[in-house]
Amino acid sequence: MTRALETAGGWLLAILWVLPLAYAVWAAVHPSEFSVRFVLTAPLTLANFEAAWNAAPFARYFVNTVLLVTLILVAQLVLCTLAAYAFARYEFRGRDLAFALVLVQLMVMPDVLLVENYRTMSQLGILDSTLAIGLPYMASAFGIFLLRQTFKTIPKELDEAARVEGAGSLQVLWKVYVPLARPVYVAFGLVSVSYHWNNFLWPIIVTNTVNSRPLTVGLQVFSSADQGIDWSIICAATLLTSAPLLLAFLLFQRQFVQSFMRAGIR
Amino acid sequence: MNRTAAQVHGWLLLLPAAVLLAAFTHYPAAATLWHSLFSTPKPNRPAVFVGLDNYRAMAEDPVFWQSLANNLWFALGTIPVSIALALLMAVWVNGRLAGRGFLRLAYFTPTVLPMIAVANIWLFFFTPQYGLLEQITGLLGLPSHNWLGSQNTALGCLVVVTIWKEAGFFMIFYLAALQAIPPNLHEAARIEGASPWTVFRRVTFPLLMPTTLFVLVNAVINSFRLVDHIVVMTRGGPDNATSLLLYYIYDVGFKFWDSAYAAALTLVLLVLLGVAALVQFGFLEKRIHYR
Amino acid sequence: MKKALFALLAALSLAATAVRAQEISFYYPVAVGGPITKIIDGLAAGFEKENPGIKVKPIYSGTYQESIVKALTANKAGEPPVLSVLLSTDMYSLIDEDAIMPWDELIKADADRAWLKSFFPGFMENSQTGGKTWGVPFQRSTIVLYWNKELFKEAGLDPNRAPASWTEMVEFAKKLTHKDGSGNVAQWGVQVPSSGFPYWLFQGFTTQNNVLLMSKDGTRTFYDNPAVIEALQFWVDLSKKHGVMKPGIIEWGTTPRDFFEKKVAMMWTTTGNLTNVRSNAKFDFGVAMLPSGKRRGTPTGGGNFYLFKKSTPAQREAAFKFVRWMTSPERAAQWGIETGYVAVRGDAWETAEMKKYVQGFPQASVARDQLQYAVAELSTHDNQRVTKALNDGLQAALTGTKTAESAMKDAQREAERILKPYRK
Repeated sequence: MTRALETAGGWLLAILWVLPLAYAVWAAVHPSEFSVRFVLTAPLTLANFEAAWNAAPFARYFVNTVLLVTLILVAQLVLCTLAAYAFARYEFRGRDLAFALVLVQLMVMPDVLLVENYRTMSQLGILDSTLAIGLPYMASAFGIFLLRQTFKTIPKELDEAARVEGAGSLQVLWKVYVPLARPVYVAFGLVSVSYHWNNFLWPIIVTNTVNSRPLTVGLQVFSSADQGIDWSIICAATLLTSAPLLLAFLLFQRQFVQSFMRAGIR
Repeated sequence: MNRTAAQVHGWLLLLPAAVLLAAFTHYPAAATLWHSLFSTPKPNRPAVFVGLDNYRAMAEDPVFWQSLANNLWFALGTIPVSIALALLMAVWVNGRLAGRGFLRLAYFTPTVLPMIAVANIWLFFFTPQYGLLEQITGLLGLPSHNWLGSQNTALGCLVVVTIWKEAGFFMIFYLAALQAIPPNLHEAARIEGASPWTVFRRVTFPLLMPTTLFVLVNAVINSFRLVDHIVVMTRGGPDNATSLLLYYIYDVGFKFWDSAYAAALTLVLLVLLGVAALVQFGFLEKRIHYR
Repeated sequence: MKKALFALLAALSLAATAVRAQEISFYYPVAVGGPITKIIDGLAAGFEKENPGIKVKPIYSGTYQESIVKALTANKAGEPPVLSVLLSTDMYSLIDEDAIMPWDELIKADADRAWLKSFFPGFMENSQTGGKTWGVPFQRSTIVLYWNKELFKEAGLDPNRAPASWTEMVEFAKKLTHKDGSGNVAQWGVQVPSSGFPYWLFQGFTTQNNVLLMSKDGTRTFYDNPAVIEALQFWVDLSKKHGVMKPGIIEWGTTPRDFFEKKVAMMWTTTGNLTNVRSNAKFDFGVAMLPSGKRRGTPTGGGNFYLFKKSTPAQREAAFKFVRWMTSPERAAQWGIETGYVAVRGDAWETAEMKKYVQGFPQASVARDQLQYAVAELSTHDNQRVTKALNDGLQAALTGTKTAESAMKDAQREAERILKPYRK
């Protein structure tokens, strides 16, 4: 009995949850007269996608966004690995204080400090560039925290064994620690990519032109209406911009969950 | 490796990350404090030291107090519910319900959709007269309501949107944690005749505490950070009913160009986040059951 | 040998700078929909063809709000565009930020002076202060009343006659408000949006009640003037007393859609929506001047061309050429026809194109005819803040959290606090 109730509950919630996406699909493939009326026999059309694609340089936005998330992820992987290695395996003065300072960023994300960070970017002269969007996020406290935890669980014997074979510190890092922390890297990568693909407030302040504008900002510029909202086109644009992530999740669902599990984020 | 070499190596490894963190987290936080003690520089009026003037103005600013109150209600509304829902979803998806692949997908979809885009869709849901919600309430014979256009319901709508966006993301963490609990623990409890609810309460939930803490930290941060939907749906209205602190900071800093006041507001936000951090890491850490 | 090489290089680089086209970037606030972008691109290309040596680079920067943010952001970072189309009301803010310069320095020839005089005076009010011209009108608008002729006929009203006064508007709206079976209103009589920037719509009411909201020099507001409070009360009463308007805050962006879906029979919105309504309304509709209270009235709206200070003299000359070209009678007419904005100068309406257009679509001339009753849009120093004070008060009154009187008194107090330092 409770089983049936649970199933019903689970399904009801799922349907509620998927409703916005379902609506987006509905509005995107029907002409705008039917965007607010749910007539099942309404004609299908791809014109909205065409209009959306032409209304703003989405191809450019895609490129900018892919560049952005890749840049950030690569930088994060490198910087956080090095830092986590230092925290996990090195004894140096001020280590604990430094780690506490790192943890500050867990709570105080760069977007909260947007006024000051904007000023810094302006002084560095890199406003309106992908670098400006990504720079504050490259040293991710979350990444350092996760990796440090993971590195700490790797048995010291492996470390020593590699050193006996004549490996230097960086080689030990590369050959021993990194491969064993792979699930954590995958999990972290997924979180990072989806976070930065969808980030909005900081990019909109920092970007001015199409040069570095990512999809989220492009979408806002496109759908903020002085002349009235046309849901069909907005939904078409929404689907276009979230399609990659959606597809990726569809294909890699299991890996997603498994990597989180193995990352042992507790 | 001798000690000095270890020290140097350690710091060198840390250096790149440390520089960036200092530049974009620690320095701005300190600069915020510094700039909040000055007036806003304008082209013909350079900044002057004004001490606590900005804070005095803040204390008398009704929009600030409203934003603060809104933020606290917003946090109260989103955090417990999204965590509870996330846990529920994880339990369901984990529990071999029919079609759980679809369930998992459905619950997680909001996470991959950009808030900016989704806010427009929710705008339609809440639109009076022909919005989706109105169509449903109309079918049920309930009276029409202007959800986003009235002060008592606007913030609630934003809470709903935020819960919808967040719960699925937290679910993944719970799911992973649930799958890591060895089944023999549940077996043992069941053999002792415990009801499923007791098993959950006494065995599962305590083991999930570390995850709960982690999710809680994220939820708290997000309740202060997520303002994208305000930009699209209400722009802080009606009459500041949906103005959140970070949104107000954005308005003050980039619409009014009053950078000194924005700095003062930011400092308040930082203090709030700091307090939240202390509470979570200090107080709750003691309650966590680590295996 | 080295000397010769050096000389050659110097000559080449000199030649290169001489040949290199003067590039003027300009921020343009594009609203939703590709068509306007294409029109601007087309205009830019047309100008470049007639003026080789000048390259025009439009940068599309979102809504007016976003565009002023971007323009000032870029200015603070030291790299503003040369030109920008921004709200006419941003004039004081731009001056205070020392971002723009007056056009007067470039208006030297008699022909130029005549050109400046040819703009509708109604549009120049938000473009000039202190005896100088800071903005050149480009895409200006007024509020107009759109009405659904079919619904009028159904309600027994003359479909070709729009309400001419406040009383008539209420009277017509009452006939046009219908409830459905379950007691919910299925169709409202009239809708005046109040989200985002309610002050603009409010200026319609205040002007019609024969009162102004601010002083000409932008240092004082009159929010608590009894006539202003009266105007607000009328707006509030549309839903509270007469029951002909949706209660609560009405979203600007969805109002046209409400109109298309026949959820409302009359709407107040910008004439800039004309093309939008024409393409999407599947019924006969009319466009009229706003009804008169004590008099007819509407605020102007829309954007001007501003010239940014951080530009070279050569860029300024090029920009001036471009602006002259864009606001010539033919082009002003073309712009008005293609977008629905009001062609900003009298002689634009006398061109053959415009005359033909108005003949086929008489609704297009309503906004122009209304210009004689138009007043300047609310614009003061620290404009965003002062306007926000009013917006908040209006929203409070419309949702019923404050009375019209206390809302406006609070707004005035806030505006006073902000504007006092500017009166020294």
